[in-house]
Amino acid sequence: MSNNDKLWPLKGGIHPAQMKDVSNGTPIKQLSQPKEIILPLNHSNGAMATPCVNVGDQVKKGQLIATFNIPVATRIHASLSGTITAIEPRAIAHVSGLQAQSIVITTDQSGQIEILPKIDDWKSVSHDLLIRRIEEAGIAGLGGAGFPTQIKYRPHTQINTLIVNGVECEPYITSDDVLMREHSEQIVEGTLIALKILSAKDAIIAIEDNKPEAIGAIKAALNKLDTYNIRLRVIPTKYPSGGEKQLIYILTGQEVSSGNIPASLGILVQNVGTLYALRQAVVDGEPLTQRVMTLTGSAVNNPGNYWVPIGTPIQHIMNESTRDLIPHKIVMGGPMMGFDVPDANAPISKITNCIIIPTKQELPTFSDSNPCIRCGKCEQVCPVNLLPQKLYWNAKYHEWEQAELNSLFDCIECGACSWICPSEISLVQYYRYAKSEIKKEHLDKVKSDQARHRFEDRQRRLEKLAAEKESKRKARAAAAAKIQSNKDNTTESVLDDQAKADILASLARVKAKKPKLTTKVLDTKVVDTKALELAWQKTEDVVLKAKAKLLIAQQENSASVPALTTALGKLEERAKKAKLTWQDAVKFDATTIDDIEQ
Amino acid sequence: MIIIIAILVLLSLAGVFGALLGFSAIRFKPEGDPVVAQIDSLLPQTQCGQCGHPGCKPYATAIANGEAINKCPPGGMATVEAIANLLDVDVVPLDAETDENPIPLVAIIREDECIGCTKCIQACPVDAILGAAKLMHTVIESECTGCDLCLEPCPVDCIDMVEIPTTIHTWSWSPPENHKLKANLIVTDGESL
Amino acid sequence: MILTPSSSPHIRNNPSITSIMLWVTAALIPGLITLIYFYGWGYLINSLIAIFTALGSESVILRLRHRNIYKTLTDGSAMLTGLFIGISMPGFAPWWVIVIATVFAIVFIKHLYGGLGQNLFNPAMGAFALVLISFPVPMTTSWVAPMGPNGIERLSLYEHVQISIRGTHSDFDGVTMATPLDHYKTNIQNKTADELLETNEFSNGPLYGIIWVNLAFLFGGLLLLAKKMITWHAPTGLLLGVGVMSLLFSSDPDIRMPISLHMMGGATMLGAFFIATDPASTATSNKGKIIFGLGVGVLTYIIRTWGNFPDAIAFSVLIMNFAAPFIDYYTRPRVYGKSGSMKGYSLRGGNK
Repeated sequence: MSNNDKLWPLKGGIHPAQMKDVSNGTPIKQLSQPKEIILPLNHSNGAMATPCVNVGDQVKKGQLIATFNIPVATRIHASLSGTITAIEPRAIAHVSGLQAQSIVITTDQSGQIEILPKIDDWKSVSHDLLIRRIEEAGIAGLGGAGFPTQIKYRPHTQINTLIVNGVECEPYITSDDVLMREHSEQIVEGTLIALKILSAKDAIIAIEDNKPEAIGAIKAALNKLDTYNIRLRVIPTKYPSGGEKQLIYILTGQEVSSGNIPASLGILVQNVGTLYALRQAVVDGEPLTQRVMTLTGSAVNNPGNYWVPIGTPIQHIMNESTRDLIPHKIVMGGPMMGFDVPDANAPISKITNCIIIPTKQELPTFSDSNPCIRCGKCEQVCPVNLLPQKLYWNAKYHEWEQAELNSLFDCIECGACSWICPSEISLVQYYRYAKSEIKKEHLDKVKSDQARHRFEDRQRRLEKLAAEKESKRKARAAAAAKIQSNKDNTTESVLDDQAKADILASLARVKAKKPKLTTKVLDTKVVDTKALELAWQKTEDVVLKAKAKLLIAQQENSASVPALTTALGKLEERAKKAKLTWQDAVKFDATTIDDIEQ
Repeated sequence: MIIIIAILVLLSLAGVFGALLGFSAIRFKPEGDPVVAQIDSLLPQTQCGQCGHPGCKPYATAIANGEAINKCPPGGMATVEAIANLLDVDVVPLDAETDENPIPLVAIIREDECIGCTKCIQACPVDAILGAAKLMHTVIESECTGCDLCLEPCPVDCIDMVEIPTTIHTWSWSPPENHKLKANLIVTDGESL
Repeated sequence: MILTPSSSPHIRNNPSITSIMLWVTAALIPGLITLIYFYGWGYLINSLIAIFTALGSESVILRLRHRNIYKTLTDGSAMLTGLFIGISMPGFAPWWVIVIATVFAIVFIKHLYGGLGQNLFNPAMGAFALVLISFPVPMTTSWVAPMGPNGIERLSLYEHVQISIRGTHSDFDGVTMATPLDHYKTNIQNKTADELLETNEFSNGPLYGIIWVNLAFLFGGLLLLAKKMITWHAPTGLLLGVGVMSLLFSSDPDIRMPISLHMMGGATMLGAFFIATDPASTATSNKGKIIFGLGVGVLTYIIRTWGNFPDAIAFSVLIMNFAAPFIDYYTRPRVYGKSGSMKGYSLRGGNK
């Protein structure tokens, strides 16, 4: 790929205050063990995982407890040993504050661990085995959206360059920095494993120039291990250089085409934390149960980086770190792209790289009441070269089509435009709102098209039924007219005389019939034989009518002949039964009367 | 002489352009009545009949013939504005006393009370109720348009209209607090902010 | 717990409209001081009248619009418009010309179009055009002759106030002169360039002082560039436009004004760095700004050379303000990952 040391400068970008030294001065520590681990079963696309354990089970750390049946979700392992106390809705780390079905483990001190079988020499095993190991360990992309890593290692195109993302451009976050300082050799080993699986030509480890210790550690690791095809590139500090597409441009000058993935260029980007977890899974057989998380903010007593078990409730972290009972806000992620966590009982997830607990002055709430002065600064800083000002007007005045045409969906929501806006306008919120409204509109359109189709189908069906009824009525009228005019016709009469006589007799009876009676005679104590006789006669009438219908249908060669034949058969059965019931009742009556008389 | 030439020139120009326009009118004539289809595609397809027409397509045809555009409560003001935009007419407030931005609802049958009379099945304009005579009736939630035409025919009044609950999957950001502050259009200054 | 989630980002760059306005004001101060030094207290008086009228008329219109008066007044934009008007008007302009211009700028051009950030035209330039056309006599005969050791005798502040209030300078003799550009244009037909430039009229006449004023505005503009309040695109476009046109058509100084006078005379520097960069009325993308600046520059040259007015920044800017949305539409930047600015134009190799 690129053999020279050229770097392409990031378009736009900003330089917010970094605040990194609040948390990167200390080595990675551990908090005390939480009492509860909460592991939500929901996936962002709506799918739910199926637990493979039950309430009351004892689980070991690293044991598999839930799987999805869709490929774009990772497995869920127990982060600590303990007992499954519940599988119920619990708060999750989501801006909405809603709950989701979660597995709750009450931890114990047993320290029991379950690991996958060790692979002694990963250099000699097959790619397939390594990829399966990644899947079994539940490795997800720890730098961003948590996409299952094993899918990235089965791309549709050949990957030539692996980019290892140690950039960490967002302020406050230092988890990748300290991980690189302390575990650089494992990260490099993970890179080598990844290179082997992909059969890629080379790898680039990218680090921003504000992390000199990490750069030194990686350099040392590269020298120590056999790494002829891994290069270290130091890039200038600028937000958002660490975004996948932006980083690819900075390192290679190529742009990922809109709507495509980096694999289309033969590039794969992996976070250093993911590669560390990958190495742990392959070499030590450890499933993904913990990650490095930065805990920072002025309201925190002990800011720094911690190994945190996945599923630790934020409340536990707060108990260990801050005096405020009700913090001003809890931000999960960085200050530029992180979100407010409404409920402190929500747990840490695989992609939580930072928790900020700030004071009010540190991260104040911004009002949004100043008008846009059209200064154009937002366009100067957009890394995707969009026109944020135009998108703002489109979103504010609900011009959804225009917004889409102005490439709204290419926005990566990095927040650079909102950061620099002199009027404090919450631009990113407008874009998120616009995106969701456009998606809703698309869904509504699909739904309303569906409703229109159903309505039209129903209209057609009703019209067809009405037309059929009309034609049948006409046919019967015609047949009746024919009967009248065919009285003398002996060669082909529509009905034979017996049937005719029966019909006339039944019609006479119907005229003289009494009010309706039920045929549930066996339920009643008093058996009305007269009623039974009438009921039987009624069924005979129905049979006669059905016979007439069948004859007409047969003459017309209608398609309903077989159906009518079956119906006629059933009706004749019923008539027989009614006759038997009546006869039995007569017998019973006779017997009873005889008994009584005797 | 000059006047006669001038008149002849103008007449011939008129003839040429008239012929051109006539030819274009025939050659490039749009098929069918596309306006009706366009208006219909903006209507919400609830087929509820609240506009006074038996379905959305008939109402769209009526609008194309000059009927008022503000009779569709399920569409809300968004639909009125979209139709006004399409036909280049003025936006008028909604005719009905309902909410300007209606919340989508779905019908749900309280199955304990259902008697299986099929009256609601016959009433549903999009066949969204599943059931048969003397068998349980149930609303197919994904097909229900919330038109509430099934409520009246039900003899035991066992159908409720409920809001579609928000799940994590359907939650979305609302616009910033002051987004309605159309801070810069003088025409809206008279309205309360 | 937190009820309404606030969207990321949770940090901001100390946003403030007021600070931008104050920086632009600060950048204008050197130019204003130079103007006062060379052309008298009139400029200060005009600026003060304009600023107070601007604040006053803005309060009235805000009241009518049911807006928060204190908040809008303190963002500094009205004060800045007033200052622009004060700088652009002739030194001896009557007070009522200033007042009318300012009221028009604030009420009509700014607020009736929607307020801050919504003006279609540059308010100061629109006001200048209005009073120039409506009151041609005060506007063309009120330009002050350069004062100081090489010019006429300085008038005192009190005398300037008198002129302003009375609306006429007839009490004082020989205090006015045509603007340098006007002077050159009318007199080049009779004399050669060397004669014109060497005469005492110029070394202590109209040309004296105007170059200093332009240098002061250039300094202010560079200060704004350094503070990243403006970008280089519009000023470069304007100066290129004027410069290239002068090179092409003004090669002979005996016929037309030479390039040096175009660049350093008149309101070129003020226009380049302060007027063509007014964010609300100019093009938004960088390419668009260059084209906007070029358009202003070319039009300025054309009107100055072949038109009736001696200085044409105001009119050129107004004409280009008309064209700004059109320029915007055709100069949208290419989006990352696309071969164009609009949806669907993916790079080759993409599947959309």
